[in-house]
Amino acid sequence: MAFYFVQFLTGLASAASLFLVASGLSIIFGVTRIVNFAHGAFYMLGAYMAFTLTERFSGALGFWGGIVAAALVVAAIGVLVEMVLLRRIYHAPELFQLLATFGLTLMVQDIVVLIWGPDDLLGRRAPSFRGAVDFFGQNIPSYDLFLIALSPVVLGVLWLLFQRTRWGVLVRAATQDRDMVAALGVNQKWLFTSVFALGVFLAALGGALQIPRDAVHHALDLRIIVEVFVVVVIGGLGSIIGAFVAAVLVSELNAFGILIFPKISIILVFLVMAVVLIVRPWGLFGKPEAAARRTPGLTVNPWRPLTSGERLMSLGALVLAAMLPLFAGNYALTVGSEIAIYVIFAASLHFLMSVGGLASFGHAAYFGLGAYGVAFLAKAAGLPMIVSLLLGPLLGLLGAAVFGFFAVQLSGVYFAMLTLAFAQIVWSIAFQWVTVTGGDNGILGVWPDKWASSPASFYWLSLAVAALAVAVLRVIVFSPFGFALRATRDSPLRSEAIGINGKRVQWTAFVISGTVAGIGGALFAYLKGSVFPDSLGISLSVDALVMVLLGGVETVSGAIIGAIVFKAANIWLVSQTDLSKLVLGGFIVLMVVAFPKGIVGTLETIRNRWRSPEKKSALAMSRIETAE
Amino acid sequence: MKLQVADLNSFYGPAHILFDIALEVGEGEVVALLGRNGAGKSTTFRSIVGLVENRSGRIVFEGRDVSAQPTHAIVRGGLGYVPEERRIFTDLTVDENLEVGRQPKRPNAPYWTREKLFTLFPNLGEMRNRPGGRMSGGEQQMLTIARTLMGNPLLVLLDEPSEGLSPKIVEQMVEAILAMKREGVSIVVSEQNLHFARLISDRAYIIERGKICFGGTMAELDARPDIRDAHLSL
Repeated sequence: MAFYFVQFLTGLASAASLFLVASGLSIIFGVTRIVNFAHGAFYMLGAYMAFTLTERFSGALGFWGGIVAAALVVAAIGVLVEMVLLRRIYHAPELFQLLATFGLTLMVQDIVVLIWGPDDLLGRRAPSFRGAVDFFGQNIPSYDLFLIALSPVVLGVLWLLFQRTRWGVLVRAATQDRDMVAALGVNQKWLFTSVFALGVFLAALGGALQIPRDAVHHALDLRIIVEVFVVVVIGGLGSIIGAFVAAVLVSELNAFGILIFPKISIILVFLVMAVVLIVRPWGLFGKPEAAARRTPGLTVNPWRPLTSGERLMSLGALVLAAMLPLFAGNYALTVGSEIAIYVIFAASLHFLMSVGGLASFGHAAYFGLGAYGVAFLAKAAGLPMIVSLLLGPLLGLLGAAVFGFFAVQLSGVYFAMLTLAFAQIVWSIAFQWVTVTGGDNGILGVWPDKWASSPASFYWLSLAVAALAVAVLRVIVFSPFGFALRATRDSPLRSEAIGINGKRVQWTAFVISGTVAGIGGALFAYLKGSVFPDSLGISLSVDALVMVLLGGVETVSGAIIGAIVFKAANIWLVSQTDLSKLVLGGFIVLMVVAFPKGIVGTLETIRNRWRSPEKKSALAMSRIETAE
Repeated sequence: MKLQVADLNSFYGPAHILFDIALEVGEGEVVALLGRNGAGKSTTFRSIVGLVENRSGRIVFEGRDVSAQPTHAIVRGGLGYVPEERRIFTDLTVDENLEVGRQPKRPNAPYWTREKLFTLFPNLGEMRNRPGGRMSGGEQQMLTIARTLMGNPLLVLLDEPSEGLSPKIVEQMVEAILAMKREGVSIVVSEQNLHFARLISDRAYIIERGKICFGGTMAELDARPDIRDAHLSL
């Protein structure tokens, strides 16, 4: 019994940091409507900064002062970020906001390694909280007790701040109606900045307070952000109480889940999240959102099928690509195969995002599931390549069918957060369930059969599958199903009113998209000869998003160009610099701010301007913005 | 002259909504902006306070051109705005709603305290801790006006204050507007209801399809039934 009680307390102690970070995210979202992906990065910065400051200054004052000072320094960095970056994207679609803050996360990952090095750092123990309290023979670290007491205190302070101060009243008012607050003479800019500073302060404090419990390392950010997303989805985005309750719930589920499913404890959290989403899609303490803001879909150039000339040109490009083996070496052909596979992957996400209006932040899950599917079939069942290639993607289909069912209940940022959480859960399973997936070591020796084993024939295979996938997706875009999907994207209410079952249409699109991603993953497994959890990871999901964005979200098939350019640039970049995350992150931020229409979108704009010069006024405002 | 608007043009996306709007409001005057639904009354107000970003023209308030200023700065300068759809903060109590509107005392403008506002709108004083979402339409309308007055404005743009209110509440609204006028607040009130406008206004403009097509005293308007019938639905 005592053991379970101690386990319960451990859960409560872990909830403290989670609550701090989640409440910060919620507060920022409430006012600015931005889901700050970089919140995990600020958490991590808080931990690193606290490590440095508490090492520098001695004594109790040095420790506690160092913790608070670290959070303040990071909050100041947050203010800078808000003023330089976020102010430019408050009116951008949420996808762009998520991507820009993710780009920031990538940059911070490289920056902390530059400053603090790649090794784990062990922080100081908290003065006067070094020991443990004995409870019926079980030890409870006294620092845990401190953390358990801290979170209700923070909750109380936040409550007072929001209920009893003028600033709090203004923030709550702005959460409801930003324009009206401005129309009453309140400078929103500074309100936003101060809210962001508070949110970042809480995240950094959460990180700083972890240093006596945990090693500081440069992967903290993604670990916490996924948990925080789960917390706010369960608790309700924008609710501080919700963040508190859900943080406790998730931490306890983790603490006890380990006892029940030692290998895959995250399953329990997933089940609870699924139940909450079915019963209350907006979270336990959240409020149903008014119709979500429109994601890409404000198409300036209406979509149309290719003209016969354009069809010939595409065919020509394909023939040209197919001639690559005539003059390129093996390395170039392997790169070519990889690019073709990424075209499949990017096109599948593009279909979901641009046609379906559903920006998935965890699309790699289905890519990776397809890869694992092939690996299971080829290695465990020993099936021939062609059979594995046909059946392997079914695992992606299955994953998309299950997760998609829950995900399409939501829209906008909730959808993005949920898909990310799902992908991370799949990743954790692949990582932890060593007996089946090989864990970190992956599954090796997935080699193609003889007929496809030469680089040239594998390249032709990949190219053919890519061309087929892109063509099929295009046909779907201009099919009645595609019209229904686009109608649901542009106006859920109106399309329901003419008899379209929006959720089912979106779910079908999700399954199609996941299956196509799985096909890409299946080829990828054979290309690499192995499968690792990386194929399910966040960074791959984000690569896909960047490819779509780079090509142009508002185009029909921009992702193809996006994938080719991105992958080629990426391969070159990794060979040139160790700071590829910093460069990539900076590139994402720059693209969102300066170049939101992507390559194909920009080309289309230029072509249209050239065709109809009198329409300049409409094009002058061709930034992508959402109407509010 | 309190407020002088000239050559005001506004756009929603590519759509041109207001065409060369010109209007003037004198010290302590109540001016009505009359027009049918969709004539451009609300857009005129929203453009004056800078909520419509895509606009051009001169907006001279208290002798300074404020057209380049952001909304909050214009309002901070003493130009109050009461929106059409009430837009009270439903999660906030009456007191908190008023707090959002509070601005420091202005030397040259009437000073409003909560107590003074509660004598003007007695209903509000009885429900200071009630959330805005649980008030009747009439109470919400009074709260929006009181909230704007908390900013001690020199001039108030009042967008369709009588819309959707019962005759009894409309009577109270007339009283309140006349009381504001007595205190020395200049007012522009947009209305579809000519009877209501006549009770409170000194002068009137008529707006139709984004253009001002009449400007004059109420007596001059009454002398031109043709204009009245052509542009106003009675």
